Amino acid sequence: MQHGKYRFVAGFLALPLIVYAIFVISPFVQAFQISMTDWSGLVGTAEFVGLDNFRRLWESDEFWNALRHNIYMLALIPVITLGMGLFFAFMLNVGGRRKKNEVVTGVAGSKFYKFVFFFPQVISITIIAVIWFNIYNPDPHDGMLNSFLGTVGLDSLQNAWLGEKSIALWCISAVMVWSNVGFYVVLFSAAMASIPREIYEAALLDGAGRFDTFFKITVPLLWDTVQTGWVYMGIIALDAFALVQIMSVNMGGPDGATDVMPLRLFQTAFRDSQFGYASAMGIAMLIVTMAFAVLTMRFARRERIEF
Amino acid sequence: MGTTSAHGNEGLGRRDLIKRSAAIGLITVPTMSLLTSCATGGGGSDEKKTKAPAGKTSATNPLGVKKGLALEAFIFKGGLGDQYAKDAEADYKSTYGATVKHTGTQQVGPKLTPRFAGGNPPDVIDNSGADHLNMNKLSDQGQLQDLKALLDAGSIDDPAKKVRDTIHPSTLEKGLHGDTFDVLYYAFTIYGTWYSQKLMESKGWEYPKSLSDMVKLCGEIKKEGIAPWTYAGKYPYYVHFNLFAQIAKIGGMDAWMAIDNLEPNAWTKNDAVKEVIEHYEELAAKKYFLEGSQGLTHIQSQTQWTKGKAVFIPNGSWVENEAAPTTPEDFGMAVGALFDGTGDKMPHGSLRAEPSEPFIVPSKGKNPVGGMELLRIMLSKKHAQNFATKVKSLTCVMDATEGMKLSPGLASASSVFKEAGTNLVSCQLQEWYPALTDEKMGGLTGQLLTGDLKASDWIKKTQEAADKVAKDDSVAKFKRTS
Repeated sequence: MQHGKYRFVAGFLALPLIVYAIFVISPFVQAFQISMTDWSGLVGTAEFVGLDNFRRLWESDEFWNALRHNIYMLALIPVITLGMGLFFAFMLNVGGRRKKNEVVTGVAGSKFYKFVFFFPQVISITIIAVIWFNIYNPDPHDGMLNSFLGTVGLDSLQNAWLGEKSIALWCISAVMVWSNVGFYVVLFSAAMASIPREIYEAALLDGAGRFDTFFKITVPLLWDTVQTGWVYMGIIALDAFALVQIMSVNMGGPDGATDVMPLRLFQTAFRDSQFGYASAMGIAMLIVTMAFAVLTMRFARRERIEF
Repeated sequence: MGTTSAHGNEGLGRRDLIKRSAAIGLITVPTMSLLTSCATGGGGSDEKKTKAPAGKTSATNPLGVKKGLALEAFIFKGGLGDQYAKDAEADYKSTYGATVKHTGTQQVGPKLTPRFAGGNPPDVIDNSGADHLNMNKLSDQGQLQDLKALLDAGSIDDPAKKVRDTIHPSTLEKGLHGDTFDVLYYAFTIYGTWYSQKLMESKGWEYPKSLSDMVKLCGEIKKEGIAPWTYAGKYPYYVHFNLFAQIAKIGGMDAWMAIDNLEPNAWTKNDAVKEVIEHYEELAAKKYFLEGSQGLTHIQSQTQWTKGKAVFIPNGSWVENEAAPTTPEDFGMAVGALFDGTGDKMPHGSLRAEPSEPFIVPSKGKNPVGGMELLRIMLSKKHAQNFATKVKSLTCVMDATEGMKLSPGLASASSVFKEAGTNLVSCQLQEWYPALTDEKMGGLTGQLLTGDLKASDWIKKTQEAADKVAKDDSVAKFKRTS
């Protein structure tokens, strides 16, 4: 039966692989080719311009500004999202009070919480953006956030939110955290379920509190999952296109304060009809994302703990 | 696979490409030859001159539309909807016995870009909205049908009268790229300061004549506990509708054309710029804008305005149709002309009225003659009136609405338009360089109106941004002389 096994497998995989090569890999490679032309995207002809687009990109203040915002988000959003995800998952699975004949339990109502936390994952990102845009509406009566602040007497905190240059990016980042936490709660819950109960029991018998069990048992045993989540969340933070495009004032404003790389790319391609230049941006994004993923994998490596 | 022979200097010569990329050493030769212009190939080369199919010409069919040949129309479906176009298509269908494929969309650009690249665009396009196609590029690359034949054809209402003589002169002017008329702006938008007649009368306020009167009136309005102004902060170009026109009115059209043409120091040497921007700075400093306006969409700001929370709003004449759901019955929507400044070059009552809704006919489509014929049908009195009734907007067809009963906003717009006579302001800057006006200057204007930016800095930074675009050879440039 061993004889010809690979040919057999390859025979079955040939068709999907060919489809994948044509529709996924070839556009990828073509992006490199297009990035060295001045193709407008409107007609089928283009001039070869070598690395000119990349030189323009290097000198473009707008692109550096957008990249900087992506880096800010990359530095903050994954930490906050994963931290909150871990904390909630811990509370839902092992953070509860001791009951009879159950050593390790979650807090009361954890099933309901799990359901609620996961809710934003079910709604499309576009709808989330529209909902939050309206929550941030600066009007003291129509805007949910401002009218809430007004009701509880915190009028001094009322703000134009997305219209305010200094905080607009963080308003959008908050939505990103809000919409992703639920996924990680579920992911980490699943991972925690695979940690043997005996370990927790032993720790509790030795007198470990919640704090110790979290940092000395849960986190080390979940490290692989955290690392995967980190890369995934980092890629989301390096994107942020949908939220910024729908929510931000004046497409990445006020005054460029929320501009991100993919939005820049979109505007360059579809507003300015410069597909060659936009492809060069796409490649720059690829490099940034790859560098981030490789570095994360490289530096987050730890001993695997078998259990 | 696209075919790319190394013809002349257009297209990627396969040999050149391989040679160069091999020299750079980025991509290996085999993959290169495999992939040469897959995405970019197909259509587009100017050598392929196909003769568009045509029928016999006659007095009622001056363009020579071929009977039974299908027509495809792509219509922007925004504030004006697309029913008016469907009505015209129905007439086309019954006259020429041809099927008309209609697509109503807000995504004209993203949906049609690949079709232009693939060489199979539709026959007629209403290229409007935020995501529209870049017409300068299209015109530059020979993708737009010259509409001279349409202008010289006899009109539907009177075959002895050319279409050219039934439409407003400024429409003829605005549709030019160089010397070629290839864009028909079907509608007419009246820009200005919009207000509620009822609110003004009930408080005994007069629409201000000059900028200084405006500041005075704003003070009185604020005392009443109402915000004098609101604007769509999410889309700062709404503010530019008035701001640009005000500069042109005070400084004159010649000085404004220097700005449109990106001439050096066009912003900094024009005193009208300083006067107008300082006026806005003053409005911001005195908190005459409704709080939070910097975060509102156009719909939200219009709703605040129809609710009576703010008195004035900079806008275009589509607002009546767009704000209809929130407008009270007796609101009395009205629009006022531009304000006087000091040493104005243009008389009182000057107005920014612009041809709008750009219709284009792709030259590489299957039935460009049919595309032009649909436009000729739309330019008849019947359809111009239908447009006015359906979407409360004027068309470029002159005197089409004579004797009709108009809605309040449209009636007000028509009357200021009549009063302005030939003193019309038109601005091309946003049409030609949206990246400059909407993104760069939009950001500056947003900051100006929240009081975070001084007028002098606005002028300095705007000039810098304009100079940068002037130097950028990847942006197609245009010149206007009238």
